[in-house]
Amino acid sequence: MRRQLEGSLAVADTVARCRPRVVAAYPISPQTHIVEALSELVASGGLAPCEYLTVESEFGALSACIGASAAGARTYTATASQGLLFMAEALPNASGLGLPMVMTVANRALGAPINIWNDHSDALSQRDAGWLMLFASSNQEAVDLHVQAFALSERTSLPVMVCMDGFVLTHAVEEVDVPEQEQVDAFLPDFHPRQSLDPDHPVTIGAMVGPEAFTEVKYLMAHRQLRALDEVSAVAQEFESAFGRTSGGLLQPYRTDGAELVVVALGSVLGSLADVVDELRDEGLAVGALGICCYRPWPFDEVRDALRGVTDVVVVNRAVAVGSGSILGQDVRLSAPRGTAVHDVVLGLGGRPVTRDVLRRLVLDVVTGRVGSDSLTFFDLDHDRAAAELARELADTVPANGGGS
Amino acid sequence: MTTTPLRLYQVGTFAAGNRLLDPSERTVQSSADRASSITSGHRACRGCGEALAARVVMDAAMRATGGRLVTVNATGCLEVFSTPFPESAWQVPWLHSLFGNAAAVASGVAAAMRATGRDDVRVLAQAGDGGTVDIGLGCLSGMFERNDDVLFVCYDNQGYMNTGVQRSGATPAGASTANTRPVGSGIGNAFGTGKNLPRIAMAHEIPYVATATIADLHDLEAKVTSAMSRRGARYLHVLVPCPLGWGSDASDTVRVARLATQSGLFPVFEAEHGTVTQVTPIRRRVPVEEYLRLQTRFRHLFTEPGRPDVVAALQAQADRDIARYGLDPEEES
Ligand SMILES: Cc1ncc(C[n+]2csc(CCOP(=O)(O)OP(=O)(O)O)c2C)c(N)n1
Ligand code: SF4
Ligand SMILES: [Mg+2]
Repeated sequence: MRRQLEGSLAVADTVARCRPRVVAAYPISPQTHIVEALSELVASGGLAPCEYLTVESEFGALSACIGASAAGARTYTATASQGLLFMAEALPNASGLGLPMVMTVANRALGAPINIWNDHSDALSQRDAGWLMLFASSNQEAVDLHVQAFALSERTSLPVMVCMDGFVLTHAVEEVDVPEQEQVDAFLPDFHPRQSLDPDHPVTIGAMVGPEAFTEVKYLMAHRQLRALDEVSAVAQEFESAFGRTSGGLLQPYRTDGAELVVVALGSVLGSLADVVDELRDEGLAVGALGICCYRPWPFDEVRDALRGVTDVVVVNRAVAVGSGSILGQDVRLSAPRGTAVHDVVLGLGGRPVTRDVLRRLVLDVVTGRVGSDSLTFFDLDHDRAAAELARELADTVPANGGGS
Repeated sequence: MTTTPLRLYQVGTFAAGNRLLDPSERTVQSSADRASSITSGHRACRGCGEALAARVVMDAAMRATGGRLVTVNATGCLEVFSTPFPESAWQVPWLHSLFGNAAAVASGVAAAMRATGRDDVRVLAQAGDGGTVDIGLGCLSGMFERNDDVLFVCYDNQGYMNTGVQRSGATPAGASTANTRPVGSGIGNAFGTGKNLPRIAMAHEIPYVATATIADLHDLEAKVTSAMSRRGARYLHVLVPCPLGWGSDASDTVRVARLATQSGLFPVFEAEHGTVTQVTPIRRRVPVEEYLRLQTRFRHLFTEPGRPDVVAALQAQADRDIARYGLDPEEES
């Protein structure tokens, strides 16, 4: 049913229709509305049988999910930013133990300085934790990805993170089609765990593994992650047949056919980006956009195919890897066909708006050679402010020489 | 010829499997159909108190639940010595996640059992003192506060043994550990540090809190049985001497544990909803020195010139607890 709905509430409603049995979460902006709505649903009995655990931290939240999933229950949590980092120790534990669960990350910057607004630093900092990571470009897609995520997680026996931009999506009110209960039930079979804690069939989960087998365990994990690429595509296709709309999948190319310049991005900027592509195409520029929906596992071959024949790739990074450059940019470079110029650009950090104007200027600056491909460009930087601070620091550290007397 | 005077209680009520007892009062361990939840062949040190306690606790819980039991284990000696891949000593469903999250993981298991209509399956979480009083305290307090249906058992060997005997928040004052060496004028672990987890648990007013030691396996089993007859958050704190970390003889493990209780340094009691309901009286009160001298971690207190002041301060701690819990029947006026 199509409704005007806040993104968070749409997601909460959808998660409820996926019938989780255990929800454990700790509040943090901009995730709060999702878990508040779920707590209310559980309290009112609308989600029965479901247990909602008000835990003392995100570490406790994910740990409770680990226990619940290992005991065979469909399990959900949500967090953002500092909360995701507070879970950090448990993230590779959940994936390493092969425990299905779904977590929404309402993407938000990482401090210090503390900042509650949107960028992708939180999720990207955990890119190697062994979770499948899907990025929603709209609230409709966020809704749809949650349904897909439970299916994906349980088929692959791996945890899935659904990332949606904090505030930009979580707090945006727009028309969303929340799938009907019967549709979700038909799409999502009951959860049958691969292994579970059962007194009738005792298993030891989480044994200590030494050098004689650790490499093999890690190899198998890496292998299973990459194999999940096929599942991501398959689930998205099945979703399309069942629900009649396209959502998710590995990549979302937009007018990349014949494009000489392609902008690669994650998340909600893809909407504005499509508008800019239309505009520039009308003006005669051969540009396109490539949305990455499945960020982990990274779709190497698909990205390479999508970029074949493209001369310039522009990567919109909404996170910085301090000390080495970009994060998404590094992935794209791995996949870009030889000879492609990759313009690695950081913008939209900590909630700085990535408007159509900004994106349009970005493309034009690349076309006119103002944004190079050999270094990282902070595109929306206030150069004067940064330069003034650098000059001041320099003045503080260089001893005054011959200042006159 | 020297003779050891026979004390009847040692072979009377204390020994496991005593044939003088009514069958209904015999220990789980004395029964041929005990669960043997942890099989032999694991890699604990000789004389390990933790291994003994875990076996007794698990078998008692198995009997109390009719085998409908799942256990969650924090990182630590017990986890490491019992599950060197591809071997496992566990005959019960067992889950190890991390060092500091056993209580939360157990809460999740219990929630899952409830939500999937299997709440006949009970949950027992196990951790060392480090995984309980230090790194695991946040999750544990959350589990207590929510009154989740979990029995949390702390095997207190008073230090981080798995990582090489560093101090924990349960290490007693005056003990030498790998990171509290009595160098210079130091006494080892400082006074005024540490936490009393049974009392912290009681402050949460949970249904059941108890302490026990491996010197009285009958009592330990009875407390596990009592705990498993109740629902909600329950906490059992078991003193388990560690020959390696304490520098006691492997054959003295039970004796050391007994002296800990008989000196008053480790009060044995039960509490319900925050109130002490039962204490185990001291049978033969001994000075703390008798306990301390068996362990090289306290050796510096007795080598010339010695630290009688520290021994006296530890004695004062014991005396305070004996009065606080009413442990010495002779002292009752
Ligand atoms: C987050 C984290 N910090 C530190 C460690 C290292 N570590 C593993 S076990 C352990 C000490 C365990 O002490 P305790 O809980 O008392 O159990 P014991 O080995 O004494 O039985 C430590 C410090 C770890 N595994 N994880
Ligand atoms: S170090 Fe101590 S606790 Fe660990 S196995 Fe040895 S005796 Fe047991
Ligand atoms: Mg310990």
